[in-house]
Amino acid sequence: MKEKIRIASGQGFWGDLIDAPYHQVTKGDIDYLVMDYLAEVTMSILQKQKNRNPNLGYATDLIDLMKKILPITTKKGIKVITNGGGVNPIACADAILEAAMHLDIKKLDVAVVLGDDIKNCLDDIIQKGCELKNMETGEPITLVKDKLLSANVYFGAAPIVEALKRGADIVITGRVTDTGLTLAPMIYEFGWDMNDYDLMAAGTVAGHILECGAQSTGGNFLGDWESIENFTEIGFPIAEAYPNGEVIITKHENTGGKVSFDTIAEQLVYEIGDPAQYITPDCVADFTSIKLEDVGKDRVKVYNVKGKQETEFYKVSCSYSSGYSATGTLTYSWPQALTKAKKADRILRKRLEQLGLKFDEIRSEFVGYNATHENLAPELDEDKINEIVLRFSVRAKDRNTVNRFGQEIAPLILTGPPSVTGFAGGRPKPKDVVAYWPALIRKTMVEPKVKILELK
Amino acid sequence: MSKIQLRQIAHGRSGDKGDAANIGIIAYDRKGYEIIEKHLTAERVKKHFEGICHGKVERYELPNIRALNFILHNTLGGGGTVSLKHDAQGKTLAAALLRMEIEV
Repeated sequence: MKEKIRIASGQGFWGDLIDAPYHQVTKGDIDYLVMDYLAEVTMSILQKQKNRNPNLGYATDLIDLMKKILPITTKKGIKVITNGGGVNPIACADAILEAAMHLDIKKLDVAVVLGDDIKNCLDDIIQKGCELKNMETGEPITLVKDKLLSANVYFGAAPIVEALKRGADIVITGRVTDTGLTLAPMIYEFGWDMNDYDLMAAGTVAGHILECGAQSTGGNFLGDWESIENFTEIGFPIAEAYPNGEVIITKHENTGGKVSFDTIAEQLVYEIGDPAQYITPDCVADFTSIKLEDVGKDRVKVYNVKGKQETEFYKVSCSYSSGYSATGTLTYSWPQALTKAKKADRILRKRLEQLGLKFDEIRSEFVGYNATHENLAPELDEDKINEIVLRFSVRAKDRNTVNRFGQEIAPLILTGPPSVTGFAGGRPKPKDVVAYWPALIRKTMVEPKVKILELK
Repeated sequence: MSKIQLRQIAHGRSGDKGDAANIGIIAYDRKGYEIIEKHLTAERVKKHFEGICHGKVERYELPNIRALNFILHNTLGGGGTVSLKHDAQGKTLAAALLRMEIEV
């Protein structure tokens, strides 16, 4: 057994710094590169892409990235684990294998984790008595079934562990929890018993710290943010894991950013609910048990993590189309920037009303004044403000209604208050609104499948 | 009694969970944690975000990292891509909470 392994985070979301994974595999030693590409909205986008072209539906950025890092990871023996397979892990794996062939790589086993996509077997699941009730409203999924865009089960670490055991160099999954990507190599390398819930929780907490990339190494840090050095070359986090469950969070030397009690604590509280019940498919981790300790420059020890047995359910994330929205902006300058923007807002609302358009929601915000913090924003001395951006948004079930709104923004330049600019990029176009349907499914009803694809 | 602004003794991070926002507030030291544990109640947070948070506020304690976690229900205008808010994910709400003034 290895005495420790180093697991590096390469992406916090699809759209994160393109070269971060490259720096992780080149600027120091690591054993695993893990990359989270899937936000909830991503699945519906990928599903649409797959509907248009059956060879798509995965994080296409991943292929260019793999072309760049495969020569390095294969030479150094770094394994790559990512959920960038989206709704089409096989097509993603095929594209990676093709890239490897062109790079003249001789041996590469790519595992795919399948089975999370339940969109096409929903009828069967419903028939078997699982209503996939909305966790927030309690309504059955049949209510939105005809508008459904995607339906995916969140698997945990188990199928990735199986893939590693079967010799995978690269593991491409669909919807797997972000934390599972990091926990899996610990289970595999240290031979952890998956019923040892404290160890499962230790790896899960490490995964939570890694899953948003540089958000644990000084990015988006609300503490003493000005003390963060070299944001430009910010280092992404690395979890140095030990067999007893202790983890040191660090980053490569000579990179920017900071790893400290404070930067890790901020990430620990990010997007959590009840901290004593952080539920994953692998365990229920207790964040109130975690101990953090600064143990060196950019090194924080995470230990004493407690966990409990996992629940009998997987979470299911469904998305369905729910109409259209559009946002337009106009910039008003001094003098009386806010007064002008507010006047324009009233004019626009009145015109939309006179057109008889029915919207589900109309929202106006004044960027420079209250777009963030809303009514908590302090009163503003208008003479000291140089400009205000009116940000005007609408949402409606009907696409034409939203489109018609888009035609009403530009005319305000010649038909409303003065010193207005910033209307570039044409009329605001209707965007698809995607709503979520979180549900639970009994673990016995779905099963992850692991398939190994080899270089031909 | 003196008045302090929460940002003097704490930092934090916020994000989204559907239409609910989560705000984690972390005190810089033990003494600061005692203050936020005592004064930063769910009721005060709910009142602070009057007109923004339209649901209940839940509070959880993490004394191990000197932190409190708040869940603000019905806050993000529907959440996800449904929300028309500029800050649809509640990213700036931690800073908004740090505006609060507390008598100590």
